Amino acid sequence: MVRFLLSKLLYLVPTFLGITIVAFGFVRILPGDPVLLMAGERGVSPERHAELSAQLGFDKPIVMQYLDFLGRLLQGDLGNSLVTKKPVLTEFLALFPATVELGLCAIVIATLVGVPVGVLAAIKRGSWFDQVSMTSALVGFSMPIFWWGLLLIIFFSGYLGWTPVSGRISLMYFFPQGTGFMLIDSLMSGQDGAFASAVSHLILPSIVLATIPLAVIARQTRSAMLEVMGEDYVRTARAKGMPRRRVIGVHALRNAMIPVVTTIGLQIGVLIAGAILTETIFSWPGIGKWMIDSISRRDYPVVQSGLLLIAGMVMVVNLLVDLTYGLINPRIRAT
Amino acid sequence: MKYLSRSLLAVSALALTTAVAEAKTFVYCSEASPEGFDPSPYTAGTTFDASAHPVYNRLTEFKKGTTEVEPGLAESWEVSEDGTVYTFKLRQGVKWQSNDRFTPTRDFNADDVIFSFQRQGDPNHPWHQYIPGITYEYYTSMDMPNLVKSIEKVDDYTVKFTLNQPEAPFLANIAMPFASIVSKEYADALDQAGTREDLNNMPIGTGPFKFVAYQKDAVIRYQKNADYWGEAPKIDDLIFAITPDSSVRLQKLKAGECHLMPYPAPADLEAIKADTSLKLDEQPGLNVGYLAYNTTMAPFDNPKVRKALNMAINKQAIIDGVFQGAAEPAKNPIPPTMWSYNDSIQDDSYDPQAAKAMLEAEGVTGLSMNIWAMPVQRPYMPNARRTAELMQEDLSKVGVNAQIVSYEWGEYLSKSMEAGRDGAVILGWTGDNGDPDNFLSVLLSCDSAKEGGANRAFWCNEEFSDLLQKAKATADQAERTKLYEQAQVIFKDQAPWLTIAHSTQYVPMRSEVSGFVMSPLGDFTFETVDLAE
Repeated sequence: MVRFLLSKLLYLVPTFLGITIVAFGFVRILPGDPVLLMAGERGVSPERHAELSAQLGFDKPIVMQYLDFLGRLLQGDLGNSLVTKKPVLTEFLALFPATVELGLCAIVIATLVGVPVGVLAAIKRGSWFDQVSMTSALVGFSMPIFWWGLLLIIFFSGYLGWTPVSGRISLMYFFPQGTGFMLIDSLMSGQDGAFASAVSHLILPSIVLATIPLAVIARQTRSAMLEVMGEDYVRTARAKGMPRRRVIGVHALRNAMIPVVTTIGLQIGVLIAGAILTETIFSWPGIGKWMIDSISRRDYPVVQSGLLLIAGMVMVVNLLVDLTYGLINPRIRAT
Repeated sequence: MKYLSRSLLAVSALALTTAVAEAKTFVYCSEASPEGFDPSPYTAGTTFDASAHPVYNRLTEFKKGTTEVEPGLAESWEVSEDGTVYTFKLRQGVKWQSNDRFTPTRDFNADDVIFSFQRQGDPNHPWHQYIPGITYEYYTSMDMPNLVKSIEKVDDYTVKFTLNQPEAPFLANIAMPFASIVSKEYADALDQAGTREDLNNMPIGTGPFKFVAYQKDAVIRYQKNADYWGEAPKIDDLIFAITPDSSVRLQKLKAGECHLMPYPAPADLEAIKADTSLKLDEQPGLNVGYLAYNTTMAPFDNPKVRKALNMAINKQAIIDGVFQGAAEPAKNPIPPTMWSYNDSIQDDSYDPQAAKAMLEAEGVTGLSMNIWAMPVQRPYMPNARRTAELMQEDLSKVGVNAQIVSYEWGEYLSKSMEAGRDGAVILGWTGDNGDPDNFLSVLLSCDSAKEGGANRAFWCNEEFSDLLQKAKATADQAERTKLYEQAQVIFKDQAPWLTIAHSTQYVPMRSEVSGFVMSPLGDFTFETVDLAE
């Protein structure tokens, strides 16, 4: 197990280096530069432009800039935002818990709903349930998040008045952000109704963010189940007269879960992409919105270091997924 | 689920009623996050709404709802005969705010004024780079470094500014957010504590509201400043709920989650007007949207050709189709709400036939040109692409073949200022300080036609520029008005731009809100607002 872990970790090094190049290069490939965007319609004289570029270190050759970036990175310095002038890491840590909270809720909803729906659809293949659930999954998968979010807000918050429109908690509540996780902080605040308010604010954005992963997970579970149920050992188990519930629950589901866990792990990328739109529409102060704002302002340090941090997270999650395989299927551990 | 939602409803209803009984809390659904809370290093209106306006004051202020300059922290001032020395008498007894780390020991005085300006103007000042990489873009772009020769303290309540040359807009310039007065004593205290960056995180000012807390990208909280030297605010707490999407802002407003919002989508205006729980304030904006020809390139170097093209384009159709009627056609480069607007000027009428004849008379046939459509939405131009399409259609009727080009925004701004640029550029301007010079000099003077300027017509008319220079050096507003009126005549005659429109600003709010005053400069300020019970 230790060797397995070490070999996986070793793979991370070149991957991480590759990501630094992509993260550094990506925002610089985009046309337009931060100095011009700051000046806006007014324009900026060539002298002032040169002065500001020099101050920001953009006058050096691109390779030097990259090496500077790497050098500072090794010292744990992710740079400062050009816009707010604050350390990128400080900003990231202030916003990251909000995204994690939303992402976790979304993936929990997607898994808790997606897996049973997929299993049920597989067992009752061809039934109306199968048809309806798989068609809904296709619709969910194709749903433009922005439109879907607005639709839910207009219906549930505007028309029915069941849920708040946006934000993380009612503005009535004001307490220190200890952990940054609103569910935990609201509980710790001891203020009446704070937790309920935080939950009510999470409902719609979680559903919106869960929609695409839910659809993917349900479809993946169904097809994996169908494949496994056709296997010899399942037929044998049935032939032995084992109860149907046990055949499905133990023999089929456990083996079908391997591709499903992979899929769930892969959804983290989808979640971050979805978070950008979900956070914008629900005024959710997370890293998705932070990244998109920084890209449009060409805030180089935020984009490159932010991408790096996000990529690091995705890598860690993927590693955890790999380790989970080992738990589900000992054969993977051995190889 | 039903039970849950019902109990949630009950909780939120309860929270709302107790709130009303306790204190008056006003919630503003702002459109973006502030860059920081020190107004001087930044240029975005959002930042000023969150810092300069609630927390700080300036020597001079814009009178609410106007662009007239009135006394602020300076009670009065004298200007020397030659217009180069301004002596300000400061207001006495103005208290600085406090927070849990800082309690002021003295009132506002001349040291604060000197500190506030010198930290921006003097590159060797210990606070010039109090955050690495900080710059003072507004101070620089308003030409303050070249304008201000010296700032001296005469006594604790008298400060003398000496300028290198007379500059009539100076009093309006120092009413702008970048010239906010910060506390020197607070800066010293931060210096000692080794937390200088808190000048940008936890502002201390003299303004109507005290800063309480900022949760990044989510909420900013303020409290009424009980010691405010001006008229005390009527609300107790002010909250900014940062809500970037305009449709979501409107939903929040309707649901009562906020009281007032900026920048509604033009398509939502009808629905807002129809909603009885809401009301809509409107006022002409201090802006202009224009199409700038490259006046250095044939055939656009010929004013008659430019005039003909102007006559070929149906402005009203653009206002109806793109602005949804929320604008008025522009005939001058400055908006009608600005002093010195020359209303006697006749706009070129929309007349494709005459335009075609004029073009033929100038020997221009089979003209092919580019129209530049900006990729972003601005208050002066809701949809440049659509505008360009309408222009393209109009121009084809007079035999001009127009192609639409567009670039990413930063690229657009720089490429459109490159010498030898082809075709005509759609762009616009929103005023900074209500002075006509802030439109005419910035956008149309010979100086601004150089690289790095903002004169995208590259139009350099000596007579026009001389008038502007003269007006700048004249203190008397009536005299200046005459000069600017004359300049507008030259502008119309020479037609370096097609002046498109001055857009209208709208501010939707809940019907229980009273006392909100719209600012022609587009600021959102809340010291006068009140809420009905």
